[in-house]
Amino acid sequence: MLTQENLNKVEEIRKRYPTAQAALLPVLWIAHEQEGWISEETMRYVGGLLGLPLAHILGVVTFYTMFNTKKIGKYHIQVCTNISCQLLGSETIMEYVSKKTGCKKGETSPDGLFTLSEVECLGSCGTAPMMQVNDDYYEDLTFDKIDAIIASMK
Amino acid sequence: MEKLILPDIPNFHQIDIYEQHGGYSALRKALTMKPEDVTEEVKKSNLRGRGGACFPTGLKWTFMPKNSTKPKYLCVNGDESEPGTFKDRQIFEFNPHLLIEGTIIACYAMGIATAYLYIRGEYVKWIKLIEKAIADAYAKGYIGKNILGGNFSTDFYVHRGAGAYICGEESALMNSIEGDRGYPRVKPPFPAQNGLWGCPTTINNVETIANVPIIINRGAEWYTAIGAPKHPGPLLYGISGHVNKPGVYELPTGVLLTELIYSVAGGVRGNKKIKAVIPGGSSTMVLRGDQIEGVRMDADSLKTAGSSIGTAGVIVMDEDTDIVKALTRIAKFYYHESCGQCTPCREGTGWMLKILKRIEVGDATTADIDLLVDVANNIEGNTICALGDAAAWPVQSFVKRFREDFEKKVKN
Repeated sequence: MLTQENLNKVEEIRKRYPTAQAALLPVLWIAHEQEGWISEETMRYVGGLLGLPLAHILGVVTFYTMFNTKKIGKYHIQVCTNISCQLLGSETIMEYVSKKTGCKKGETSPDGLFTLSEVECLGSCGTAPMMQVNDDYYEDLTFDKIDAIIASMK
Repeated sequence: MEKLILPDIPNFHQIDIYEQHGGYSALRKALTMKPEDVTEEVKKSNLRGRGGACFPTGLKWTFMPKNSTKPKYLCVNGDESEPGTFKDRQIFEFNPHLLIEGTIIACYAMGIATAYLYIRGEYVKWIKLIEKAIADAYAKGYIGKNILGGNFSTDFYVHRGAGAYICGEESALMNSIEGDRGYPRVKPPFPAQNGLWGCPTTINNVETIANVPIIINRGAEWYTAIGAPKHPGPLLYGISGHVNKPGVYELPTGVLLTELIYSVAGGVRGNKKIKAVIPGGSSTMVLRGDQIEGVRMDADSLKTAGSSIGTAGVIVMDEDTDIVKALTRIAKFYYHESCGQCTPCREGTGWMLKILKRIEVGDATTADIDLLVDVANNIEGNTICALGDAAAWPVQSFVKRFREDFEKKVKN
């Protein structure tokens, strides 16, 4: 189910570790980037690739918050609400983003464009409030900045 | 102070610029020394870990067996997830080669052939930057087989995390690298005896490793003169919250907390008074605004003041801060991040959060405040790893030092 290019990456990565199991997180990332989420089918496939039981893979996938276990919106908006961001108005930011995207916190918007999540500290406390959208950080947020970011995604 | 970790040199992440400014000279020098002498120099420098625990680095390196039938490993801890902490990412972005150089020196000192850099999964931009820097270093022979034409070989790989604060705990980090859930291990045995795949392993924070080339180049004696003698060196201070100029600032250890807040970070927004300060990331005990006078930002001084240096991630809360709300959010963090292995942490973090939520909405009594602290006291010291303590300390310190704020919210 992985592309040939990705399978080549897997082979390269396996050389970095003395056990097949240690390649699990990197391989899950490759699958996650390709598919957007980790389905049971993907878990079984990765298990076959690395010789690992499904139960083990399920345990790993469900432990780490970044592995999506279902399909999510095209843009995963992750707003930090931990202490430094909260002190600088993250609650207001969350409400505003929710309103502007038409997406409730913790859900995917009906048009499938956005998924809105509340997340823990992203390591941007000096540029709070902030959010991560897919791979990118957006810091020192203002309502205007949020408007521009969301407009670029619609 | 001369900036050593984050010098103001444009494009320092580019290997040729790094080399032009003397980069990788520490590695060259280290390779002419005996490995045990490299360790001795780091030990003499009094370098203490920058990941939060402040353990003496040179001493940690001596725990590794000199000779081992098993391969030895180094894990560089870039999981940076402690709330209020955003310093290691600066190193990835602005001085990746210092980290790489320090890693190779550390590997040489301890006879390590494979090092893994564990970076939190959310740091996509910084993972790409450091991967590029590592590729450049390989191309120039600073990493890989027969480094700089000598006999020493080592490999350095990036291992991406996937969203788990607990993986910053050294033994959970190892389990994560091994391809498992990030559950901390019972200690002893310690990593130097039984680490990755049962082999001798050392885990050091990114900033700690970044100090190593500086120590080798300038010497331990020169290094110990920077900042506080028992906890010397340049330190990346993070400051966030209600200050005018939040950010990461490189200064010697031992700076006055008030100087950091008022001079370096431009003072409190709107000239308000300070209600509370967390000095070293959310796991460290909160200090009252009227407690911070004369407090220095080094391990011993903060201990005396009733807190700890942690990651030097200072969080400033002004006089209008809702203290109960602030603690509730911190409590929620530990509840989310508890790995679930130990009953006191798994159940206790959830219990503390429930009580705090009831206090927040006025649905609690004075007895509940005491219960809250009692739960915290019963988590502390009773868990496999320090996350339990880290969850307990904010609760204990906020309630002890701001009792009146909690009393105001309860029914009777």
